[in-house]
Amino acid sequence: MNTIAKLFLVAAVAASTLAAVSLLGRRTEPTPVERGRYLVHTTGCNDCHTPWHMGPQGPEPDMSRLLSGHPADFELAPLPPASPGWMMHAAPTNTAWAGPWGVSFTANLTPDKATGLGTWTVDEFVAAIRTGRHQGRGRQILPPMPAPAYAQMTDADLQAMFAYLQTIPAIANKVPEPLPPQ
Amino acid sequence: MTPPRPSHHLPPRRAARATARFALAAMLAACSGGRTWTEAPPRLADTGLYADAATRTVAVDAIPFEPQYPLWTDGAAKRRWISLPPGTAVDARDVDDWQFPVGTRLWKQFTFATGVETRFLARRADGSWLYASYVRTPDGRDDVLAPATGVRQFCATANGRSHDVPSHADCRLCHENGRSPVLGFSALQLSGDRDPLAPNAVPPAAGALDLAGFVARGLVQNLPAAHRATPPRIAARTPTERAALGYLHGNCASCHNASGPLERLGLRLDYPLAAGGTAPAIASTLGVASRFTRGGATQRVAAGDPEHSVLFARVTADDPVTQMPPFGRHLVDATATNLIARWIREDLAATGPSPSQPLSSRQD
Repeated sequence: MNTIAKLFLVAAVAASTLAAVSLLGRRTEPTPVERGRYLVHTTGCNDCHTPWHMGPQGPEPDMSRLLSGHPADFELAPLPPASPGWMMHAAPTNTAWAGPWGVSFTANLTPDKATGLGTWTVDEFVAAIRTGRHQGRGRQILPPMPAPAYAQMTDADLQAMFAYLQTIPAIANKVPEPLPPQ
Repeated sequence: MTPPRPSHHLPPRRAARATARFALAAMLAACSGGRTWTEAPPRLADTGLYADAATRTVAVDAIPFEPQYPLWTDGAAKRRWISLPPGTAVDARDVDDWQFPVGTRLWKQFTFATGVETRFLARRADGSWLYASYVRTPDGRDDVLAPATGVRQFCATANGRSHDVPSHADCRLCHENGRSPVLGFSALQLSGDRDPLAPNAVPPAAGALDLAGFVARGLVQNLPAAHRATPPRIAARTPTERAALGYLHGNCASCHNASGPLERLGLRLDYPLAAGGTAPAIASTLGVASRFTRGGATQRVAAGDPEHSVLFARVTADDPVTQMPPFGRHLVDATATNLIARWIREDLAATGPSPSQPLSSRQD
């Protein structure tokens, strides 16, 4: 084998090794649950669907009540008087919102069968986000839920979010029905 | 040319024959000049409703009909027509689940003081349905295709409210929640034994056919003999109950039935002719706890007490978080709510007959 051939052989071996190392180092595709976890925790779901409490650094989501919606046992204070200079009021839990639409309460997204998404199908979840209607066919989902923004997500992403939500701890919490405008 | 029913319960050879017949019929419909309705045409005139669009003279093959329990749409005056491809018929062997041939077209026109909307359904060769809506132009000369997203506040109605043209998604929410996407054209709705107390019902238009008329013309076939002999009628204890059950069937049952996605709620407001026993709208409401509560109302229907019945609270509400149906109306149907209040107060009183009493034994 002459010198040039040896150099080619060494180069080929080096290139193959680099390619193999690169392949080994590449991350595998996330599962739907992993993808869903990423999406749920990066698109603000906890901001409103996980009740807030006062932590050492100030208000923060209470992760022991992860995504369980407005606490049924939370006693709402009387609404402040309407003011033309302000449109919305939020409860200290950041789970109840008052505005021109009435009072809305964030939903229980845990897989609890009686009070959460435990009996929902993935199609109903996707339809709810796509149509902006409760369970995909009822009343309109109320502000401040940014349903129009989430409605732009792909079916695969919404399905992944639902898949992840079905894996979190089920928390029994019957969220109140929304209240009409006064 | 009715699409074959699910073939899993048919012997393979019969299923194959049924599928082949359907495919052949669909092909013939396409070859015979019938449109495939893959997309909605841009103008109502292009759907075939009119023989003369300039004068809005309706085509002879568009047959008017009038359901006896119409849907309340904020007081709109309505006209309805159906057209079947030549040589085809509706298969009515399941009295509560009619099958419509490929190429079936239906129109429903809503007229308000300030606007006209016409909805159009057409059955495609693959069995799916096209949904479209046409709105009258401001100069009144044409009816043009509305956007798929609908038109909010299309025209004023009353009390400062407006009529919304539905989005295609909303069309599907009402029409694809039960067994048949065709609403208002069924044995009960077309029955010649019309309910004199039905809210918002109007006498059939000139040339309109009822159930017997469609059967006589061969346009509805295989209707069970019992319903050919005796026009269908809601069995009820009183005329008020008959009309109330009919109203709920016509206004609520497209979602609240036993075959759609909301079946799991166990709330049924349909009136299936094939079923016996207690009407589902009584069995699934009277004394049944409601997940949705409002004020002191905690039961779907509290015996004799409309003011504490969630069903009554829902139909008398006009705020978007409480009202039922959740869309399709902004105004309360006063005639119907008075009827429902009377039904709950008088016919569903605690001292009244047991709801488990077979309806067949009740007298109207």
